[in-house]
Order: sequence, then C-alpha cells, then structure tokens
Amino acid sequence: MTQMVKISIRDLSLRYADGTESLRGITLDIKANAITVLFGPAGGGKSSLLRCINRLNDLTEVRTLSGTILVDGENILDPKTDVIALRRKVGMVFARPVVLPFSIRGNLTYGLELAGERRKSRLDEAVETSLKQVALWDEVKDRLDDPAIALSGGQQQRLCLARVLALRPDVILLDEPTSGLDPISTGKVEASLQELKQNHTIVLVPHSIQQAARMADDAAFFLQGELVEYASGANLFTIPKDKRTSDYITGRFG
Amino acid sequence: MKAFFINRHLVQRLGFSLITLIATLTVLPILGVIVYIINKGAPAISWEFISGFPHDGMRAGGILPAIVGTLYLTLGTAIFSVPLGIGAAIYLSEYAADNTLTRLIRLAIINLAGIPSVVYGLFGLGLFVIFLNFGTSILAASLTLSIMTLPVIISTAEEALRAVPQAFRTVSISMGGTRWQTIRRIVLPEALPGIITGVILGLERAAGETAPILFTGAAFFLPRLPHTPFDATMALPYHLFVISTQVPEMPIQIQYGTALVLLTFVVVMNLTATFIRSRARAKRQW
Repeated sequence: MTQMVKISIRDLSLRYADGTESLRGITLDIKANAITVLFGPAGGGKSSLLRCINRLNDLTEVRTLSGTILVDGENILDPKTDVIALRRKVGMVFARPVVLPFSIRGNLTYGLELAGERRKSRLDEAVETSLKQVALWDEVKDRLDDPAIALSGGQQQRLCLARVLALRPDVILLDEPTSGLDPISTGKVEASLQELKQNHTIVLVPHSIQQAARMADDAAFFLQGELVEYASGANLFTIPKDKRTSDYITGRFG
Repeated sequence: MKAFFINRHLVQRLGFSLITLIATLTVLPILGVIVYIINKGAPAISWEFISGFPHDGMRAGGILPAIVGTLYLTLGTAIFSVPLGIGAAIYLSEYAADNTLTRLIRLAIINLAGIPSVVYGLFGLGLFVIFLNFGTSILAASLTLSIMTLPVIISTAEEALRAVPQAFRTVSISMGGTRWQTIRRIVLPEALPGIITGVILGLERAAGETAPILFTGAAFFLPRLPHTPFDATMALPYHLFVISTQVPEMPIQIQYGTALVLLTFVVVMNLTATFIRSRARAKRQW
C-alpha cells in the first residue's frame, strides 16, 4: 500500500540558544491519512520536531536550524512562508489541556474569528461539527455558553482537539495529549484520532510505549536528538531492527 | 525532656502573639487618621462647603474650586498617563526582547519612581510652564503629574500582563493568531482588572500630591472655576497647604473639612480599585 507523503523532513538539525542540541540530521517522511507516532525517552527531540512543523519554534530562542520541512511540497522553514496560514493548516494539541478563558463556544470559534470569520451560521456549524468529531457534542450541546474551564480535564482536552479541528486543518500535531487524562478519557481521544485519520495527517507524541504501539501506523523512535529507527508500527514494535529500539520497547531503559 | 517540650511551645506561642500584635498595630495609624479627620472635619461638611466658593479671605464659604480643580487634574493626568503607561507596559511585557535598550527603559522606570515629587514640580516648571510656554496651567500640572504617575501605571500594568498564563499566548499563536490579536483578544482583557487597579492607585497618588503642582498649575485663590486647560486651578491638597500655613486666623474646622474631602476622594478611589480586583479574582478562569 503506497500512500501520499504529506510532510517530508530532510536533514533537520536544531540547536537552541542555550546550546542544547535538540535534533540531529532528522530525515523522515510522514504519510497522509495515517497516524505517525514519534516516541522515545524524554529529551529525545520529539516535541521540538513537532514544534518545528507548525513553526511554533519561532517563539523559542533558536541558535541554528538547518534542513528542510516540506508540507505539500513547500518548504515551511523558508522565511517567506505565511506562518499564519501554515498554523491554520497544521494544528497543535498540547500536553496540558489549555482552555482559553472563554465559553465552550468561544474556544471553538476563536481560531475562525482570528481568521476573520464573522458569519454566525458558519461559526455555529463549525462548533457543532468539531464537537461531534471528538464525541463531545452530546455532553455539552446544552451548555455551549458556559465557561470552558468548568469542563472536566478529559472534556477540556477533547475541546482543545475540537478547537483545532474547527479550523479544518490538514495536519494535527499532538504532544502527549493524554498524559494527564484518565483511561476512559484517553480511550475517547484515541478513538477520535482513529476516526480523524481518514481525513487528516496525524503526528502523535504518545505518553507511553503502549499508546505508541496501539496508535501507530508508522512509528519513529527518537533518542537524544537522533532518529534511531523508522518503520511501520507493526514492524517496529514486533521486529525492531536496532538494538536500542528493542531495548527501549522491552523496557530495558527509558 | 518534658519541660523542654513545653518550653518550645511556649516560645512559639509568645512569638506568634508578638507578631500578631505588631500586625494589628499597623492598622492603628490608618484607623487613627481616618477617625481623627472625620471627627474634626465632619462638622465643617455642609452643602455650602462642597458647592460654594471661598470668601472672607478663604476663612469662610466652600471649597468647590479646589474640588473641581482636583477632579480636572486627575482627569488630565489620566488622559496622558493611562494610554502612555499601558502602551509602555504592553511593549515591555509582550514585545520587548531582553536587551540593553529594554534594560535601560526598566532602569529609567525604577528611577522615575524614586524621584522626590518636588523635583518633578521643578522639572514641570522648566519644561511645560516655561519652555513649552503652557504657563501655570491645568495642562502643565497634568503633564507633570503624568510623568510622576507613569512608573506606577507601567509597573503594575506590566505585572498584570505578565500574570496572564503564557500557555494562552502559545495556544493563540498556534491557532494562527498574530501577536497583536493575541494581546487584544486574550491578554489585555484578562489583565484589564489588574491594569485598572494600577491606574487608579497611580491617579490616587496624583490626586493627593502638592509638590508637583505647586509651580506648575496650582492657584492660591481663584474666584471662579477654570475655563480652559490653560487656566491655573485650585486643588485640594494645595488648598489644604495654603489654609493651614498661609492664612492667619483660619477656622480650624475648614482645614479638617478640606482634609476630609480629600481623604474621601482618595479612599473612594482606593475602594473602587479593591472592588474591581476582588470581583475580577472571583471571575477569573485560570
């Protein structure tokens, strides 16, 4: 089965202003309509890579950044890139659910309003569609104007995912999205992601090896800024080629 | 062993009692001032006192021109210092990189806050009254008070802006927001109660100051209310100074009445700030 490559990363290296080397010569093709899992011990560079893909790294002090990241064939590291358009196309969900200090509805319409959408019908439609995509609609449809902070942690994180979906992104980046959630909420988020991959490219940094194995169509193992091994999830978790990979997934370190 | 144990607890209890006593004592001066001023000043308060002009060499009549003057000066100070102060705070908190220039700006702000108010008065006399030729006027006095108030407004506003969680900014930027959209739609609204509190506290100080307006806008006595910003004006703190030191045979209750009006003005502003702050805390979603 050949699938279209959505994101093509070539020889990406990143060093922060404080001197830490975060990524070393990463080359990686991420397929469309699949879940690609980036995993490995803390400090391996997974989050840094995610933050490069929608240029959130612009907010951090970077010393050197070399290589290319092609999204739909365009190098998004090019200084001429329309970063705002990129970030709408490549959405991000963070580890801790950060609901904005608005109502549930306000959280969902925020991104569209930033883009200048004023039509109530469009906003209402986006609210309903995105909430249904994360299976939150039935739980909150009667209290859309309540403060979002009143939701439970699991609901908040699904709201954060829905907030990204409201922008109709192509790519969704998720940085340990279930690290603070209970197993039931985690299951709901994972189920949503399995649905969403039909129409989206999903890059997930999982919070455990188990989640990595459950979710991965493709899996990339990162260790100290290097990409050690990259293969289909089925292969990587059953017959890893590199000893460091097998040591890590069998629990010998990490 | 047991004696030692009891001893430790005794020492602790004594220590706490002492600290509680000291903490309670700090309330006494402010209570004392309020009770004393009300006690002495209340008999002077009447409709005529608040709405009338002074006469008989200020030994009788009301203090309307001073009340109105202080309102004008406070308003004038707000017009200049609020936009400037909030703008500077937004720049320092949201845009400025940590470099020599911003460190210089911060140093300047800290030092502005430490300058004695009479020095501001002289500076205002030199710059606004004489050099810019505004004359002894509400305008010159308001500008002088603005410079004095700016550091308070900038530092409290910056603090309020910084207190807004960084994660809100990251999320907003990650959703395709510009920095300015993020500031306008999230950071500023969330910081607003804190900023308003700072503004009120700054203006409150300006309202009560004598020295900065002494050479720049305060009039000893005016038989009418000021008509334009280029008129000089009477003001409560300066009026109080004048009737307490410059007018012989001044009826004592007029002095305390004036002090009471000024105190009320300042306390009302302070309570407003406290009210805004506590209401915002209750409503805050982070």
